[in-house]
Amino acid sequence: MRMLMTLRVAARALRRNKLRSALTTLGIIIGVGAVIAMVNIGGGAKAQVEAQVASLGQNVILIFSGSFTRGGAHSGWGGAGTLTVEDAQAIAREVPAVLYVSPEVRTVAQVATGNQNWNTQVLGTGADYFEIRQWAFTAGTGFTEQDVRAATKVAVIGQTTAQQLFGSAHPLGEIVRIKNMPFVVIGVLAPKGLSMMGSDQDDVIVIPYTSAMKRITGATTLRSIMVQAKSPALLPTAEEQITALLRQRHRITAGKEDDFMVRNQQEIAEMATATSKVMTTLLGAIASVSLIVGGIGIMNIMLVSVTERTREIGIRLAVGARRRDILLQFLIEAVTLSSLGGLIGIGVGIATSQILARVMNWPTIISWPAILGAFLFSGAVGVFFGFYPARKAARLDPIEALRYE
Amino acid sequence: MNPVIQLTDVHKIYRTGEVNVHAVRGVTLTIARGEFVAIMGASGSGKSTLMNILGCLDRPTRGQYRLDGTAVADLDGDGLADLRNRKLGFVFQGFNLLPRTSALENVELPMMYLHEHLPAATQRERALRALATVGLADRARHDPNQLSGGQQQRVAIARALVNAPMVLLADEPTGNLDSQTSVEIMRVFQQLNETGITIVMVTHEADIATYAQRRLVMSDGVVVTDEPLARRATAGAP
Repeated sequence: MRMLMTLRVAARALRRNKLRSALTTLGIIIGVGAVIAMVNIGGGAKAQVEAQVASLGQNVILIFSGSFTRGGAHSGWGGAGTLTVEDAQAIAREVPAVLYVSPEVRTVAQVATGNQNWNTQVLGTGADYFEIRQWAFTAGTGFTEQDVRAATKVAVIGQTTAQQLFGSAHPLGEIVRIKNMPFVVIGVLAPKGLSMMGSDQDDVIVIPYTSAMKRITGATTLRSIMVQAKSPALLPTAEEQITALLRQRHRITAGKEDDFMVRNQQEIAEMATATSKVMTTLLGAIASVSLIVGGIGIMNIMLVSVTERTREIGIRLAVGARRRDILLQFLIEAVTLSSLGGLIGIGVGIATSQILARVMNWPTIISWPAILGAFLFSGAVGVFFGFYPARKAARLDPIEALRYE
Repeated sequence: MNPVIQLTDVHKIYRTGEVNVHAVRGVTLTIARGEFVAIMGASGSGKSTLMNILGCLDRPTRGQYRLDGTAVADLDGDGLADLRNRKLGFVFQGFNLLPRTSALENVELPMMYLHEHLPAATQRERALRALATVGLADRARHDPNQLSGGQQQRVAIARALVNAPMVLLADEPTGNLDSQTSVEIMRVFQQLNETGITIVMVTHEADIATYAQRRLVMSDGVVVTDEPLARRATAGAP
């Protein structure tokens, strides 16, 4: 018996009980729909987070100063000022897995030019900062190692800051006053968009960390150090070596806690995606249960169908159908039912994610592997749950089946 | 004459729990090509069991059955299915047509299980020819519930004929029909028999049996009477 013929027979049997077929596939439709919608939404969220993590730079490790507690109030990481410029230099010198090191201090200050002023984040960094973050310039350049050593009064401004201070005018060579200290604008950064935490990364003004410490904040310690490892494979090594080096430099004896915190990009990304992962897992579990329930529904209906069509099976056996033909007929019917449910479910899932994308403004990505997987899985559900009823049909005794009322 | 059916000391014992039912107790029988045999007997005489064995729907517990020279006992399930498909045609008391399926598609059914697959057009043509043989060419598109009992039985006969079998097995073919329709069916049988098809028919109606050439009577699992019918009835043209 040819496949095409069997398919036609199955299609006709299903068409004969349209409502029943539709209700039976509902479980699969809901299950597959949920999986597809979930994967599309999850994929969109993941892509967004990944883009944000990538905007941090590549193979980045962040070292934060420890926190301090004063009168019961915790300062948060970076507050205690346990990291020094010498720590940063030591890392650059003694950790071979490290490519670039950039010390970092930051403060919020009023920045003014001409008759405009703007309250923005003032970031003091090393010369390699732009390299680490892979931050391009729309105009000018970054500052150099020379500028850092000499604590030159030069500034690189972000897109948002440039807009606020200069509007459409050309900022290169202009003077901006940070806390009344004049700095020359030597570069304008390309836009980077929102950070993982949702802050505007372009609302910034970057100056050499030496200039920031000496001329603006008067601080003697660093908030953090940004490090780029030589390769993704070297990230754990670099992290270990940095931790060991800093513990030694800070004279922390074994068993005592670090007075700093090391985080690599992977961990930062994982923190950002942790919630969405839990949601994805949960929804995935619900979807799987729905698919299994759908499969049981198909099995149930197929068992009813086999009983109802006992006489038909008897007739088919009498005119020369082999047991295999009967098995195949009912199996294909079950698979057609579940695959059809899968196809409709895929449509429902895509539609749901698109509607959510429009209405809730969630980013979604249509995941073709997930769609293919869901389709194949729904087919597999049909095979798995259709096999028992089909085998039952194939094992009927033709004489009994022909006599069945 | 070529024997189409050869039974040698065939027994059938059903094991139902503690009790063994000895339904057929040693039947030896030869049916030649082109014969029209009626098997009669009271219910429980073993005629239906014998019919199931002849139809390869069941195997004898003991004894040998050769169908067209093939020893049925040597065949597996697929082999039996193949015999039913190509060498045998079944006609039942209750017609046993697929509901909500046109006469044409009912007749096409056995071709679906042929080893060598026929193109759809050939299947259609053969099914239509079989329907024409039983005089129902103009009812091909009708569903069984749009046909009378006699017409339904003729569709069933067309289905039994479509793969050009050697033997037509009919189990109480007129059991659900009135006497006039029964004669019509017997006319179809006699016409088919004249073209060379062997027919074995189980019936409990003595007058229907007279349309055959040979009559067997079964009782308690054995053949008690086996006689040619000299004064054979003919269901001529109406």
